[in-house]
Amino acid sequence: MEFTFDLNTIWFILIGVLLTGYAILDGFDLGVGAIHLLVKGDRNRRVMLNSIGPVWDGNEVWLVTGGGALFASFPDVYATVFSGFYTAFMLLLFVIIFRAVSIEFRSKMKYEWWRNMWDKAFSISSILIALLMGVALGNMIVGIPIGADKEFMGNFLTLLRPYPVLVGLTTVALFMMHGTIYAYLKTEGDLQKTLKGWVNNTIILFVILYVITTQATIIFYPHMIENFKAFPLLFLVPLLNILAIANIPRMVYHGKEFYAFLSSCASIAALLAIFAIGSFPNLVYSSPLPEHSLNIYNAASSEKTLEIMLTIAIIGVPFVLAYTTAIYWVFRGKVKLEDTSY
Amino acid sequence: METEILARMQFWITIAFHYLFPPLSIGLGLILVIMEGLYLKTKQDIYQKMTKFWVKVFGLIFGLGVASGIVMEFQFGTNWATYSRYVGDIFGSALAAEGIFAFFLESGFLAILLFGWNKVSPKIHFLSTVMVAFGATMSALWILIANSWMQTPAGYHIVGEGLNARAEVTDFWAMVMNPSTIDRFTHTISAAWLTGAFLVLSIAAYYLLRNRHLEFAKNTIKIGLIVAACGSLLQLGTGHSSAATVAETQPAKLAAMEAHYPESAPGDLWLFGIVDEETQDVDFGIKMPGMLSFLVHGDTETPLKGLNSFKPEDRPPVQIVFQSYHIMVAIGMSLIAIAFCGLFLWWRGKLWNSKWFLKILVVSVFLPQIGNQVGWIVAEVGRQPWIVYNMLRTSDALSKAVDANQIIFSLVLFTLIYILLFALFMFLFNEKVKHGPEDPDSIPSEYEKEKQMLAEN
Repeated sequence: MEFTFDLNTIWFILIGVLLTGYAILDGFDLGVGAIHLLVKGDRNRRVMLNSIGPVWDGNEVWLVTGGGALFASFPDVYATVFSGFYTAFMLLLFVIIFRAVSIEFRSKMKYEWWRNMWDKAFSISSILIALLMGVALGNMIVGIPIGADKEFMGNFLTLLRPYPVLVGLTTVALFMMHGTIYAYLKTEGDLQKTLKGWVNNTIILFVILYVITTQATIIFYPHMIENFKAFPLLFLVPLLNILAIANIPRMVYHGKEFYAFLSSCASIAALLAIFAIGSFPNLVYSSPLPEHSLNIYNAASSEKTLEIMLTIAIIGVPFVLAYTTAIYWVFRGKVKLEDTSY
Repeated sequence: METEILARMQFWITIAFHYLFPPLSIGLGLILVIMEGLYLKTKQDIYQKMTKFWVKVFGLIFGLGVASGIVMEFQFGTNWATYSRYVGDIFGSALAAEGIFAFFLESGFLAILLFGWNKVSPKIHFLSTVMVAFGATMSALWILIANSWMQTPAGYHIVGEGLNARAEVTDFWAMVMNPSTIDRFTHTISAAWLTGAFLVLSIAAYYLLRNRHLEFAKNTIKIGLIVAACGSLLQLGTGHSSAATVAETQPAKLAAMEAHYPESAPGDLWLFGIVDEETQDVDFGIKMPGMLSFLVHGDTETPLKGLNSFKPEDRPPVQIVFQSYHIMVAIGMSLIAIAFCGLFLWWRGKLWNSKWFLKILVVSVFLPQIGNQVGWIVAEVGRQPWIVYNMLRTSDALSKAVDANQIIFSLVLFTLIYILLFALFMFLFNEKVKHGPEDPDSIPSEYEKEKQMLAEN
């Protein structure tokens, strides 16, 4: 790996940061959705929904902005991936829309059938979003067929290979764990006790899938670990990841809800960092013809645009962080149902 | 060709549906700022009651806007990959700026606007309302910068040839402040204010006719009429200057708007009519000779470039642009008339008893919505056959990896899901309106009850 700290590398990192922000934030609200149907009783379900109520659409903005930033900094990646994954991506957009409206509509009517219907839509769409995103990520690891003209040459079925599906399932488990911890943090009383019992189960499920995925990656996709071999210090990242995951049950045991949640955030960040280090400098790995891979140079915008975008990011990001923190601060503490709640 | 038509239809359906909601958010956002500002200033409960009711409506509209808007952010990549490669350097940065500068602002403070009544002080709540309205307006600014650049590209150069050719930015501010940005931003924003104003006018007039929530309705109508009057005048001014810019920068579009065919002749202004593209004439119409030249150049004799001075393959479709443009103008004029008629009746003290006028207000909610839609058709169809004016043709901008069947699949799914969403939206909107505003203190929230309990202990 040749490493120069230039604008292209900075943008590789920034896109990574945006997507990590998305995974951490939307990750917990998708996770809350994934376990939603397991929670019984209308009141409890309303508590679950309102635990993410004020923040879920702000969390989705990270995805939207990540998409915009990808368009601006690496337009060829944006074009190749979204046109190549067309059908899969359209399905993803449908479920994202469905999920948004289920949250919006669920509590607007008092009929039981109405609420049950939207509960199902909310939960299933949350699981599908996590699954499809994981499948997409898995395909980035396996590589997709790209031609000399930078166009995708496969079809929908190309994307549904065993390994990407495994990564998809791992992602669902990861978000379930993350969401359960978040819900545990935001609830109290009996509901919290139930959730506390689930935290360990979700951790075990995730760890099993994570170990299988890691094994499969090392065996079948060794190109993902070349950067680690070249710079052994980088092995600290997976190590941190393991420590962060191990720290979650410890914190839950000690009743330190917030630290358990932070550990979960840290493990997601570390997981994505492992993926980013493994991929660098490629953004989209091409298989079977690796020479057609889209990397941070052949897929990038002009240096001038990367510079302008960096200025925009330097001006904008502090504001974003400031009011994101402020919003989470305002809505800190346990969920209370009010007349404005979902 | 088939994929091109399908891809364009898909873009039209998704953006047309999406565009029902953002203008409402922008317009209603401004009205919320006014209402809550009045509450803070006067401390009268009625303003708080109004704000709380309209915030609920705002939440519903905003939710639909977000849900349908996510599609837009990715659609350039899915259906217009070649376009994305060609202009990503420029167009992408405006889109990303919209995300960083506007979306985070809107969605963050929306949380406080909707759910923060008992969590922050009234002043902070008002600040959040201002931020949401400001964010919505900024979002419009950035997306209109991006779209205006497609109409009147500036601040770029073309690098590479053939497959690898693409536009790269040379001057960021020239790109941002391209020749049509200001006109199109002000024109669109004032249209959004009208959309919001006529929504509140319509529902308040409905309450008056039903003799319900009278104080609420009257105060809402007063605010709505003032916003509508300002918005409609601004609409006229910015519309005129937009047309002048179009004449200068996109003469083919202007020619299509008035079906002006001769290569060089004074332009006529049609009040209405049906274009016969074969004979290059307008049937069943009434025209004001030379008025188009007069509006553009202040002189009825100045010749304007007509459609025949463009190669046939460079001309936009005429009928649809002509009709959309004339519907838009007619609606714009009616809105001015309605707004000022309302102000006049209010001044004469007859407004609350003029049932006929209140009935007009109830149905007028559709006018700005139709105006928004046809206005965009003029802007976008009038730019054809170009996706970026005089630079990239729409037919060359498609995704190479996507075939017609894939587009049909997503087109059908989007259409179905949008019909469903729209039906649900109307149903819930109707429920909210039937339910009406309530006294802020009539239902103590759980939070307040708990506070009380704590205080008692």
